[in-house]
Amino acid sequence: MLGAIIKRLGQMLFVMFGISVLVFLIFFATPGADPAARIAGRNASPETLAAVRKDFGFDRPLYIQYGRLMERLFITQDLTSFVNRGWKVVPAVFGVAPVTLSLVLGAAVLWVVGGVAIGLIAAATRGSVLDRSLMVLGLIGVSMPVYWLGEVMNLITQSRMHDSWLFAWVPQLGYKPLTSDPSGWFLTLVIPWVTLATLYMGLYGRVLRANLVEAGQEDYIRTARAKGLSETRILVRHALRTSLITIVTLFGLDFGALVGGAALLTEVVFGLQGIGKLTYDSLRNFDLPVIMATVMYASFFVVIANAAVDLLYVVLDPRIRTA
Amino acid sequence: MLQVRGLKVSFRTEHGIVRAVDDVSLDVGEREIVGIVGESGSGKTISILSIMGLINDPNAVIEGSIIYKGRELLGLPQRELRHVRGEEIAMIFQDPMTALTPVYTIGWQIGEQLQTHTDMSRRAARQRAVELLDAVGIPDPSIAVDRYPHQLSGGMRQRAVIAMALSCNPSLLIADEPTTALDVTVQAQILELVQRLRRDFGSSIILITHNMGVVAEVADRVMVMYAGRIVERATKREIFTTPWHPYTWGLLDSIPPLDGPRPHRLRSIAGMPPSLLALPKGCAFGPRCRYRFDKCGERPPLAAGSGHAAACFLAAEARESAWSGRKPVAGAA
Amino acid sequence: MTDQAASPGDLAAAEQSLPLAAGRGPWVTALRKIRSDKAAMAALLLFVVIVGLCMLAPLYATYVAKSDPFRSNLSGKIMVDGKRVPVMQTSTEGLGLGFTPIGPTWDIQAYFLGADGQGRDVAARLLYGGRNSLLIAGVSTAMCLVLAAIVGLVAGFFGGAVDWVLSRLLDVLWAFPVYLLAISLSIVLITHGIDIGPISINADSLSLPIFIIGVIYVPYVARPIRGQVLALKESEFVLAAIGLGVPSHRILFRDILPNVMTTLIVFVPLMMAINMLTESALSFLSIGVQPPDASWGTIIQDGQELLYTRPMVALAPGIAIVITVLALNIFGDGVRDALDPRSKLRIRST
Repeated sequence: MLGAIIKRLGQMLFVMFGISVLVFLIFFATPGADPAARIAGRNASPETLAAVRKDFGFDRPLYIQYGRLMERLFITQDLTSFVNRGWKVVPAVFGVAPVTLSLVLGAAVLWVVGGVAIGLIAAATRGSVLDRSLMVLGLIGVSMPVYWLGEVMNLITQSRMHDSWLFAWVPQLGYKPLTSDPSGWFLTLVIPWVTLATLYMGLYGRVLRANLVEAGQEDYIRTARAKGLSETRILVRHALRTSLITIVTLFGLDFGALVGGAALLTEVVFGLQGIGKLTYDSLRNFDLPVIMATVMYASFFVVIANAAVDLLYVVLDPRIRTA
Repeated sequence: MLQVRGLKVSFRTEHGIVRAVDDVSLDVGEREIVGIVGESGSGKTISILSIMGLINDPNAVIEGSIIYKGRELLGLPQRELRHVRGEEIAMIFQDPMTALTPVYTIGWQIGEQLQTHTDMSRRAARQRAVELLDAVGIPDPSIAVDRYPHQLSGGMRQRAVIAMALSCNPSLLIADEPTTALDVTVQAQILELVQRLRRDFGSSIILITHNMGVVAEVADRVMVMYAGRIVERATKREIFTTPWHPYTWGLLDSIPPLDGPRPHRLRSIAGMPPSLLALPKGCAFGPRCRYRFDKCGERPPLAAGSGHAAACFLAAEARESAWSGRKPVAGAA
Repeated sequence: MTDQAASPGDLAAAEQSLPLAAGRGPWVTALRKIRSDKAAMAALLLFVVIVGLCMLAPLYATYVAKSDPFRSNLSGKIMVDGKRVPVMQTSTEGLGLGFTPIGPTWDIQAYFLGADGQGRDVAARLLYGGRNSLLIAGVSTAMCLVLAAIVGLVAGFFGGAVDWVLSRLLDVLWAFPVYLLAISLSIVLITHGIDIGPISINADSLSLPIFIIGVIYVPYVARPIRGQVLALKESEFVLAAIGLGVPSHRILFRDILPNVMTTLIVFVPLMMAINMLTESALSFLSIGVQPPDASWGTIIQDGQELLYTRPMVALAPGIAIVITVLALNIFGDGVRDALDPRSKLRIRST
């Protein structure tokens, strides 16, 4: 047992190491990716370039640069940005984390409740108009580019319609911290929540319905019916319970990815300074320290989420537990 | 106790109408074990599913009458049928491997049935579950009750399923090929359990099987089904000593003999069962029957009542001489 | 959940006694199934129509709309209701620059959907952009599936060290958040293109997004393929073939590949939908398709600054994406249903 845990931890570390190396190589070793040129500007003279190189240590061998970067990121935690000198990276990352967390948590509540409801109703009324409509709506939700949906939402709620009673409550784009302005926090996040949740709600609804329908063909459902149980009970207690495994594991992975910054398009469109936005800005600016920090942050969550999901699988499915 | 009259079940499909059950009538009395014999597709399962109202296919058309303890079941709303299911009539299916929900313990699942039909507390239900598991012969029932289905062997699982079915003391137990998926030694144990059920619990049992050996073991009376119709109705003794229908003869012949010279080839009935979309006019078995004559172009009726009867036009003497004259035909295939 | 609870065994037997379709292989059966799936067929038709329209972009631009969608047209004039009207009209709203592009004229011969911030014909750009979006989606999907098939087959079939190495690589790529990988690669490669040995891609070329999108989803497809190959290796018919002494490459091609093919075919419409959305996101962020080329994503980006004054510029390409991806998804569902070997009994259908 302990051996398995250690092995798993080792694998997780290996993966994060691999990702950090990959990112480093992409930004430092790809032909044409000259960090000095990025910092010095397009028309820098060769002397400026050389000075920049020396200053930042770009003239050192790659593995030393990598080592120094990682050391300053994880051990001394005094890594500073290339673009905004003096700006400490690690606190910056943790500083914007609450924004992303607020966005993702709210959206997650919406999409889980919505998706499960859609899946249950569709499966229960299988074949009916309601079922088909829900599935089509879900499919449309999945087919929309999330940033475009965000733009459309903005169009509706921020422009002319803003003045109409329907959307007058929508504040300007931006984030208000929960602790200082709870109602502001809530109002600024409502539209982003709905936007982000739409995609996932459609997906989860469809996946759950498919799982429920498949479970419904199983023999044990037939037994349950022969026992005289009500259809609702069969649906919720027997079919849903076995289908839950898939949904929960899917959720774990999606949630992990989003907390790590996968909602970057949503953040960009709604002007929310979260991890995603930070990641994106740093990528555009070739600000490698920040890039490395945000990528490590993101992959950490992905790796943790994967492990958590594997654990959950064991908890939810007794067949694996005692095998 | 159970009276089925003129049961017809058809399905509308893209290819036409499938007559899965074509005018079936049968009776089950108290403490009786009735066997229904037939090959796959003969309509046995669909017949019993209709008794419990378990056919929810919108393309199904069900006609006839199913009277249980004086009450017509066909056409009852689901709400009422749910009281019958599990409480009055219980059913167990063929494959114990997949019959139980994998994520709940067997104690929980038995308890669920008890709590649905009675107002037992959870603790009382669990206690009862342990008693039931013991009654069906599962060792260490107080441990088994907390096990998950996949932790039990096939035979144990089938016993657990039987325990669950009996939990609310149904008067009628329907078992659809309960031993087919199990190996032979376990089969014997389950059959013994079935007989005990009649003795100790006082239940009536409908037992579906394609295995004449099972019939010989436990059945009081037998119905032989073919192509959705009942072709012979008899007591166990009658069916083995003086069967009347040529199909039954074929079934009996195909049992490998334990004594006598070893046959060159196992005997089977020539031909294939008819498509339920296009049943032959007249006797369904006609095309495969060696003794067919002109009258067989009409559908032979099954005599009403409860005595020995066969849906066959063969007159008594012709029948007897045919039965006694049946010699193994070399290379019959 | 009003499914029938009839024993599958009995019904399957009833179905078997139905008139046998003489000698139909699985592909023919699948084709029949999908042809009878009306929704899937409608979706396919819609997709074909969209592709057709986009392919006709040059014809439209030259003969119908008579506009050059790639040239700035700030001082141009067009015919609207018989009057000559400037493309960029004086206005106090929106950009605050004193003028704003003309809105949709709904006249198919003249700036049907209006003009964008550079005075260009949005409708014509929409069609041209569609060509690029569809092209990128299609080619990157092909590339992704071919690569994933090779990786999955090699890893699954040959096992051992080869599998170990490939699986570790897949693990790392899998854990690397897709969007990060896509954006990183795009940002880095967009400036200078690729010039590694035999692979040389110009920075402005469309091949760059194709290459990037084709590569990043490989782990998502390779893993299931590898899993399937592993399972197939244990299946009875393969074990039998091995026992009979059939050489490895024949088993690979005769027994394993056809089964893997079905999985790949199911992936085609789904990957196309995903790739199209990915490309549009990258283009929206200005790191996908580069000017002067356009794609639906870039047009949405163009429309951002005009969002509150001339929303059509941003809306039209988005709607186009939604419709196309929707059609691909519906068709993809149909393909999956048709090829699913566990498809349920047909007796249920009328």
